Amino acid sequence: MKKTGAQILIESLLKEKVEVVFGIPGGVFLPTFDVLYDSPLRFILTRHEQGAAHMAEGYSRASGRIGVCFATSGPGATNLVTGLANANMDSIPMIAITAQVATNLIGNDAFQEADITGITRPVTKHNYLVKDVRDLARTIKEAFYIAQTGRPGPVLIDLPVDVQKAECEFSYPAQVDIRSYRPNYQGHPGQIKKAADLINQAQKPVLYIGGGVITSGAHKEIMALAEKAQLPVIWTLMGIGAFPSAHDLSLGMVGMHGTYSANHATQKSDLIIAVGARFDDRVTGRLDKFAPGAKVIHVDIDPTSISKNIKVDVPIVGDARIIVGELVKLVAKKTKMTDWHKQIEIWKKDFPLTYKKDSKLRAQYVIEQICEITKGNGIITTEVGQNQMWSTQFFKYKTPRSFISSGGLGTMGYGFPAAIGAKVACPDRVVFDIAGDGSIQMNIQELATAVQNKIPVKVAILNNGYLGMVRQWQQLFYKRRYSGTVLSSGNPDFVKVAEAYGAVGIRVEKKSDVRAAIQKAIKIDKPVFLDFKIESEENVFPMVPAGAALDEILQGVA
Amino acid sequence: MRHAISVLVENKAGVLARIANLFSARGYNIDSLAVGETEDPTISRMTIIVRGDERILEQIEKQLNKLVDVIRVSDFLETEHLERDLILIKVTADKNSRLEIMQIVDIFRAKIVDVGSNSVIIEMTGNEEKIKAFVEIVKPFGIKEMVRTGIVAMGRGNK
Repeated sequence: MKKTGAQILIESLLKEKVEVVFGIPGGVFLPTFDVLYDSPLRFILTRHEQGAAHMAEGYSRASGRIGVCFATSGPGATNLVTGLANANMDSIPMIAITAQVATNLIGNDAFQEADITGITRPVTKHNYLVKDVRDLARTIKEAFYIAQTGRPGPVLIDLPVDVQKAECEFSYPAQVDIRSYRPNYQGHPGQIKKAADLINQAQKPVLYIGGGVITSGAHKEIMALAEKAQLPVIWTLMGIGAFPSAHDLSLGMVGMHGTYSANHATQKSDLIIAVGARFDDRVTGRLDKFAPGAKVIHVDIDPTSISKNIKVDVPIVGDARIIVGELVKLVAKKTKMTDWHKQIEIWKKDFPLTYKKDSKLRAQYVIEQICEITKGNGIITTEVGQNQMWSTQFFKYKTPRSFISSGGLGTMGYGFPAAIGAKVACPDRVVFDIAGDGSIQMNIQELATAVQNKIPVKVAILNNGYLGMVRQWQQLFYKRRYSGTVLSSGNPDFVKVAEAYGAVGIRVEKKSDVRAAIQKAIKIDKPVFLDFKIESEENVFPMVPAGAALDEILQGVA
Repeated sequence: MRHAISVLVENKAGVLARIANLFSARGYNIDSLAVGETEDPTISRMTIIVRGDERILEQIEKQLNKLVDVIRVSDFLETEHLERDLILIKVTADKNSRLEIMQIVDIFRAKIVDVGSNSVIIEMTGNEEKIKAFVEIVKPFGIKEMVRTGIVAMGRGNK
């Protein structure tokens, strides 16, 4: 039977087991939205396309299933760009479908036309412009395959309005075969053997894990490897949750705002076993002083990540779960506490993450209480800046896919829509966006989406009246000249904002009210804004200044 | 270091832009680029000549391989291979100089493909060095216009 392009699109999404789509319609998207009207697909109307993209990404990250967003041509499509770049930097699978002007108008500066495949080429894993309806089903199948395999990422399909209306015979392909795209999953056995030998010989190893561990579902294998070989574990921002924070072998996050023990262990190590991490500049600090005595094993699905920043001694290209599983078999079982473990214990004991525990309302305390009250089982999303760094430090994550944050791109305005996407994916879990008063205002309009669709996310606004992280840098490196970072007098009353949207707002000004407010927010079956009036000039410590070596740490307590 | 990189790609719209973008994103200028169909019309071959730091070129080659539309990348740096470029060059040629130009054309095994009242068009193929030498020699006669196809390369022997 013949079907229209719009019908083919919606049926193909259903074949891919998509249950929900985030987005906004528009003129040239109408044929598809008309089909959507009667389809079992749940459509969540957002208030900005950037919100839709972040929601789709939050959905992917919380569930491991792929998120999908829709945007119309021109400005709708260009509004997706930040969301696509964010997913691309963090290797998160996502499908974006954009409508396009009719094929005969493409390139004519038509109304609401933008060359979105051209614009998004550098920020997607791949993209397509479908000009013939007969190519549509195969393109969708390929897009889902490419987005979710190898190093995952966002794939965009641009669909002109006439192709949505055109008809052809529809059958959804059972398989894809792309001769130019064949990701390699099995690691090279010789390399794996070499890596195991290095691990067995190492005196001062660290296991450095990143987002790739979560993507490939390698957390059990990582646990087995760490415990069998007694490897101290450090992680990147993207790797948070891949290994339980409370484990004896955990040192915490490494890098600019990493723990003292993680940074010092890295610098003094003789072997770094990197799995699904990419030695980002926020992790390594000054490159020429990074871990001077360490050999490096690097397991990654993406060859371009290997020897990009750090010269690698044993590269292993492939899937983290498969390769680490092989390594577990080959490494020797160790039980003894070595001098290395003793040294690490001393660092952990002498330099724990801490803050001033007085009667003032401090951000770190708020996050600790959210962690305690949710028993560490909540899903935490963050914005970007101080709120994000404190969330890495003071919430003790237990499981993968519990921490959702914009790692590579550092997108303010990410956390709130990502929280909405995560809550749609995991309705039974408590979802908290830890926000700043600056970031929350970058996608605050999505409160309407949460209210309308009854998505009861909680937002903890750490309200200090500043763009806090930038202010912190100005305080430390620019003589407290707070240029362009003061928000306070322009900030709205967040409680009233919440109420105006039909959500609930709670203001907290005293430390003693924090726990009750969080408990109340969780009980309310609606979106809640918690407006915490925190200490305004609190800083994130420890801190490695930009361009310094990883062990040149500023320890100050604010 | 100068690299001749051969890239087999899907013969589709947008592929060239993806590849060019990898170089421009790193601030690298492509010295020469030649694209054409291969024996399989669904596949094109690009020959890219580029100069740059080893580590960054290794990255670019990996990044090329990562592109969904790229089938294979080979760098000819350490393989025996042939390189050819084709040049058309319009040189001022009057009664007095025409004979001398024809002799030079003969020596270089080039061809005169068009003769005008005061100019000739010469066609020549060769590797970069030969073309450079030829251009230097005809320069004194007066070059009016010059166009090159870009270098193409192929590995020698059975490979």
